[in-house]
Amino acid sequence: MEVVRSKVGPEQSPEDLRTRQLSAQQLLRGDLEGDDLERYVEERVMLTTLEKAQNWARRNACWPLGFGLACCAIEMITVIGSPRNDISRFGAEVVRASPRQADMIILSGRVSIKMAPIIRRIYDQMLEPKWVIAMGACSSSAGMFNNYAVVAGADKFLPVDVYIPGCPPRPEALMYGINRLQDKIAADPTLGWRKRYQAEGTEESPDA
Amino acid sequence: MSDEELERGVTGGQRPDPLATPYRERERSVTMDRVAHGAAVETAEREPDTELFTINLGPHHPATHGVLRLLCTLEGELVREVKPIIGYVHTGIEKSMETQQYWKGITFVERMDYLAYFANAMTYCNAVETLLEEEVPKRAQYLRVIHLELNRIASHLFWLGTSALDIGAITMLWWALRERDHVLDLFEMSSGQRMHTRYFQVGGVMDDIPPGWEAKCREFLDLLPGRLDQYEALLDRNEIWLQRMKNVGVVSRERLLAYGVTGPLLRAAGDPWDLRKAAPYSSYDEFDFKIPVGTIGDCYDRYRVRMAEMRESVKIVAQALDGLPEGPFITTNRKVALPPRHELATSMEALIHHFKLVTEGFRVPAGEAYNAIESPRGELGCYILADGSAKPARVHIRDPSFVNLQALAEMSEGGLIADMIANIAMLDPILGGIDR
Repeated sequence: MEVVRSKVGPEQSPEDLRTRQLSAQQLLRGDLEGDDLERYVEERVMLTTLEKAQNWARRNACWPLGFGLACCAIEMITVIGSPRNDISRFGAEVVRASPRQADMIILSGRVSIKMAPIIRRIYDQMLEPKWVIAMGACSSSAGMFNNYAVVAGADKFLPVDVYIPGCPPRPEALMYGINRLQDKIAADPTLGWRKRYQAEGTEESPDA
Repeated sequence: MSDEELERGVTGGQRPDPLATPYRERERSVTMDRVAHGAAVETAEREPDTELFTINLGPHHPATHGVLRLLCTLEGELVREVKPIIGYVHTGIEKSMETQQYWKGITFVERMDYLAYFANAMTYCNAVETLLEEEVPKRAQYLRVIHLELNRIASHLFWLGTSALDIGAITMLWWALRERDHVLDLFEMSSGQRMHTRYFQVGGVMDDIPPGWEAKCREFLDLLPGRLDQYEALLDRNEIWLQRMKNVGVVSRERLLAYGVTGPLLRAAGDPWDLRKAAPYSSYDEFDFKIPVGTIGDCYDRYRVRMAEMRESVKIVAQALDGLPEGPFITTNRKVALPPRHELATSMEALIHHFKLVTEGFRVPAGEAYNAIESPRGELGCYILADGSAKPARVHIRDPSFVNLQALAEMSEGGLIADMIANIAMLDPILGGIDR
């Protein structure tokens, strides 16, 4: 492979790092004027809508609730705690103990009939917008525990956004699920679940 | 009686004073000053109108290690009464297993105590093998020991990480999970899964360890003692850790035995009871290892005992790898174990055995068996009642976490509420095992 070397200097193009640094310096000093200023502003300023900026912020700071149910909770803690996985790359490592401060709840494990009302209550305590990940076969569909004790899927009593298969899913699978949720948030934070579950009118604030 | 009096729980004589029970005498010596001076100090008499306060810890609480619910009666910051309420992950595993063939039941038992899946499978397979009077090949026994001990290390590492997190030492979580991932890599290499591997079968193990596994395992065994030194360097000289651990949650050996508590909790109180020595199974009598014991049975002893156990487990795995015998890894009895895959193409008999085992399963002669092993949390027993069919009539599991949880009230009552969190952490209950 041929290595191309070039000298850094004032004769470089405007895209050059040094040139950009110099123009930024000039802007801060107030020395940049005329066309240079116009070009600088065009390069630096990105226009977007407020909604998109809001979605971008929500997507990259999706704080999970510190909530474990069963086996999958171990892999969930591995995703958060193990240096190999490190979910903080995606801004979702800030585990909150209180549902009031959490954006996302990861249902990690089997949902028993005794636990279902409590999960629903915790979900109701979370502030909107809020998202749910059903992690593993049990909370998605009761998995292998097709019996009297386990609710056949958490979507029986709350809206689920992302289902992650596995028993338990690998940490990589959970991270992929969180990434998919982030993509959904970036596209549309409401996700249309109220329509799917015929729950219009349950919004917390009239403009939500 | 007025509502107000009922709520306060203290009456002028109509209702017995809940604080006048015998444990009142014992807990009188425990005060807030104990934390400041590190020794028990005689407290002042309780104000007659001190209010009792009942709070609900859990089932969603970050420090209850699962969905444990504790109904606590507090007097200020002192815990007067603790009632564990369980059943929030009840999964109906024992009942479900009555509808499953014996070989399918392994998948169910593994999901009870989800940190000690190998131990769960071991006690179940051992009980079925007892009923079948099936001899397990030596190599399979050694492979089982290797995986059981690696599982003990992984379980204790997870306990260390989450328990230290409860006390506030968050670094331990990153460090312990880093080493735990090494163990899970080994499990994945030998069985294809990180958790719930279903590696143990009735009559042996699923497959031989792959080439390169031994070298990778030895690499980990060389690494772990140094890492344990690092953990201890971080914790053992940490004044906060020592204050939170030492002389907290002391329960005597006699009381623990009365509750039926086993495992590291009992050993921390000075009783060297370990089923690996007391009733050796799976060739444990061929290995040279020690049983670490504590002295007074406080949280610090429990922590030290588990740390020492990990070092002993490293020794056992190293010895098992050294002396790993050649031979089959699963029994050659075709009535119990599947024939090798390549035989199906050439042998009609193998095909019939395979078909019978997969569709109907193997029949187990009528009878009952109880088998107990030493899981990372204590005596893990499995009772099976067989009626001669291919499905068990009843399976019951004696889970150590369930029995050990009884001691929580005795550990915590009279102490601070913060000490109760330390007690739960050092008790290491796994709710999946408790509720099943």
